Amino acid sequence: MNMPKTLLASLIGLALSVPAQAAEVNVYSGRAEAFIKPLLDQFTEQTGIKVNLVSGKDDALIARLQSEGANSPADLLMTADAGRLYRAEAAQLLQPVVSQTLQKNIPAQYRDPDNTWFGLTLRARPIFYAPARVKPEALKDYAGLTDARWKGRLCVRSSDNIYNQSMVSAMIEEKGPEATENWVRGLVANFARPPKGGDRDQIKAVAAGECDLALANTYYYAGMVDDKDAATRDAAAAVAVFWPDQEARGVHVNISGAGVTRAAKNAGEARQLIEFLSSDAAQKWYAEVNHEYPVKTGVEPSATLRALGSFKADDINLDALGKNNAAAVQLMDRAGWK
Amino acid sequence: MTAQARTRHIGLTQWATRRTLPRAPNAWVLLLALPIALPVLVVLGALTEPTGEVWRHLSQTLLADYIAHSLWLLVGVAGGVLLLGLPTAWLTARHVFPGQRFFSWALLLPMAMPAYILAYTYTGLLDFAGPVQSTLREITGWKYGDYAFPDVRSLGGAILMLSLVLYPYVYLLARAAFAEQSASHDEIARLAGLNARQRFLRVGLPMARPAIVAGLMLALMETLADYGTVQYFGVPVFTTGIFRTWFGLGDLTAAAQLSGLLTLFVLALLLIERRSRRHARYHHGAPAQAQAPTRLRGPHAALATTVCLLPLLLGFLLPTLQLAYWAADSLPVLMSSDFLKLAANTFFVAGAAAGVILLLALLIAFLRRLDPRPANLLITDLAQLGYAVPGTVIAVGVLIPLGFIDNRIDAFLRAQFGVSSGLLLSGTLVALIFAYAVRFLSLSLSSVEAGLSRVRPSMLDAARALGQRPGPAFLRVHLPIIRGSLLTAALLTFVEVLKELPATLILRPFNFNTLAVRAYEMANDERLADAALPALTIVLIALLPVILLSRAIGRPRH
Repeated sequence: MNMPKTLLASLIGLALSVPAQAAEVNVYSGRAEAFIKPLLDQFTEQTGIKVNLVSGKDDALIARLQSEGANSPADLLMTADAGRLYRAEAAQLLQPVVSQTLQKNIPAQYRDPDNTWFGLTLRARPIFYAPARVKPEALKDYAGLTDARWKGRLCVRSSDNIYNQSMVSAMIEEKGPEATENWVRGLVANFARPPKGGDRDQIKAVAAGECDLALANTYYYAGMVDDKDAATRDAAAAVAVFWPDQEARGVHVNISGAGVTRAAKNAGEARQLIEFLSSDAAQKWYAEVNHEYPVKTGVEPSATLRALGSFKADDINLDALGKNNAAAVQLMDRAGWK
Repeated sequence: MTAQARTRHIGLTQWATRRTLPRAPNAWVLLLALPIALPVLVVLGALTEPTGEVWRHLSQTLLADYIAHSLWLLVGVAGGVLLLGLPTAWLTARHVFPGQRFFSWALLLPMAMPAYILAYTYTGLLDFAGPVQSTLREITGWKYGDYAFPDVRSLGGAILMLSLVLYPYVYLLARAAFAEQSASHDEIARLAGLNARQRFLRVGLPMARPAIVAGLMLALMETLADYGTVQYFGVPVFTTGIFRTWFGLGDLTAAAQLSGLLTLFVLALLLIERRSRRHARYHHGAPAQAQAPTRLRGPHAALATTVCLLPLLLGFLLPTLQLAYWAADSLPVLMSSDFLKLAANTFFVAGAAAGVILLLALLIAFLRRLDPRPANLLITDLAQLGYAVPGTVIAVGVLIPLGFIDNRIDAFLRAQFGVSSGLLLSGTLVALIFAYAVRFLSLSLSSVEAGLSRVRPSMLDAARALGQRPGPAFLRVHLPIIRGSLLTAALLTFVEVLKELPATLILRPFNFNTLAVRAYEMANDERLADAALPALTIVLIALLPVILLSRAIGRPRH
């Protein structure tokens, strides 16, 4: 009885065994391939560790991780916002990582208190305005956007978008759900049009005169400034940035980040990859090529971003973005933010 | 239709004479169709879970809005695809006019355009800052607010976009049906004194009904599954609700429940459609004789050309030009090895999937025809519903059973033999092609069935009576008649897989990308200029089978 079983076991083992591989790390990335691949290639060049990549929608990748369970091949999950990292952590898909390098490179508010995930870049969500029709002195903070003088003058994309959800989540954390709901109602009352399109479309609408104010991410604006298309560059040139809440909590920021999966077979390599992404060289690449703000202090943003001026960022713990997300969506549903 | 014509056909006489059909499904159906139905069953299974607080929230806020918009979208797209698809099919199938040969294949081209890419393209063209309005303002000196311009990012715009890319389903299936209608019907109608319009409305149209309805159902299922277009246009439909519930509220179960409701709705539509034509038969009573086309002249010919040019212009030429304009700067990328690999991946995975799905569809179509017991029909119906479920949701429906099976096998091997198999299927091309089959079986199956419905059972009976075994009988009797339908089925799935996004995005193996993934990632990052090249390449690759098909079905039969 035992003999055939042993034989069978070794046969199955043989059939399943993969020839010993060079070091590698498997990444599920909520960031698009084009905006991460060059960095991953640099990592491979430096360390000899091969990086395998699947890019996709954050939540779908989380669902894939869940259904694959302990056998999932993924070692590292990268997402483009903090809320999803929180969600992955809450679903117990991530494991803590002990790393002096990460503690040193990444300020505390941009990483998980339990070290299950780490922020790698920042995107700020300021107010964009048409200098021809709006004096910057008329602007102060997010709360001021509900002022009746902005009636029919504000553009912002759908509340389906995670950046809006995170912005409202942050406000819930700071001002409580009731005040936030009132704020959202005030915002909706000032919409110039039903929400549609992406962040770039809101900025373009300001440039075109369809609205005077827009909420959008710096990341998209910087992309427009450097766009191949002249009309897009012109649109960017016709709007200016206002940093809200500078005397109070600071402008809303979100991160893109990464965490090592609980199922990781190459946890060491995955940690190395995060450490690499937080290094000066990688942070500089993010800044220059993708126009994101580095999380590491001392690394300069791109010239395009520097031209927008410096700002004080909201230092709320980003766990709150994930925790309050569902409440934020329900609140926006009730307030009629499509 | 005469009473005699209303006799129900089942296929082989042996089945027709059987009084009571067995209740249990055929083993082959279980083997072939049940796995395909599994992801849909997973989605439907969510309906048995307790409903949470999310439902109360949805019903208090947006659910009614979602449903109303979805219904309007369905009605609008139904009208749109019929309006664009039927006249063009009738004209190119039965008439001769300038450009008719060209239009007969070129009208399929908009099918290659992913709907959300069309949406981005038209937004770029028509929005306030786009070239059309800017030029208008330059010429007239108007400013914002001085003039009214219809907003493409609206319910109406979404209806237009979806109609433009989906009408080819109606066109393709209706055209084949019109072309194969026998001359004798038309002659009788002429003798009865019907004019051209009456012949279309009272003979051509009713005879082609199964094909038209099949095309329409495909277009509507695709409409219900669309997310990219409606999301970009800010139209809150049922899929918006599904994804808002999942991504925003983080409640995958409630999202699956919403998808389950959507699936039940489509199942009801399918059953109603089937019931409504249960007693009718549509194959020819007499040997089909190809009909001589009517030659159109003068204003009629000009009108025909215009009617055919319009959908082609709006659904293909104009957006392709805009894409080409955007892509012009990134042309050098075209020759990079990375991009060629992308194109090759896309081509081969689409080809493989189209082949596998065609084979499945053919086998299932025969099972349905030869052995139509209710259990068989139900399971094979369920296997078709994947087409109406948003791709991301169906992909999760694929992930869950595959992950379960993989982990079970692994646990078994560990316990019995102390070796680990890891994940055998999850994250492989097999899983991806399986997901395509789940998603697009319906597409392939409806073409195959439309073809089979034109084969008279008596033809096969005759072949069997002459001593042919079922295999050769199929090759000699069915194949020549349904060859065009098989090619159509393969083409439809090929093009759909080519542009398929959501399932590819979640299920693909490491380091495997397709053109649709690349186009989406760029467009999603609002970099339209960079999305243009992969989108354009999808369209170019799709041209190949479209031309192939047009040559194959353009050849005279008999």
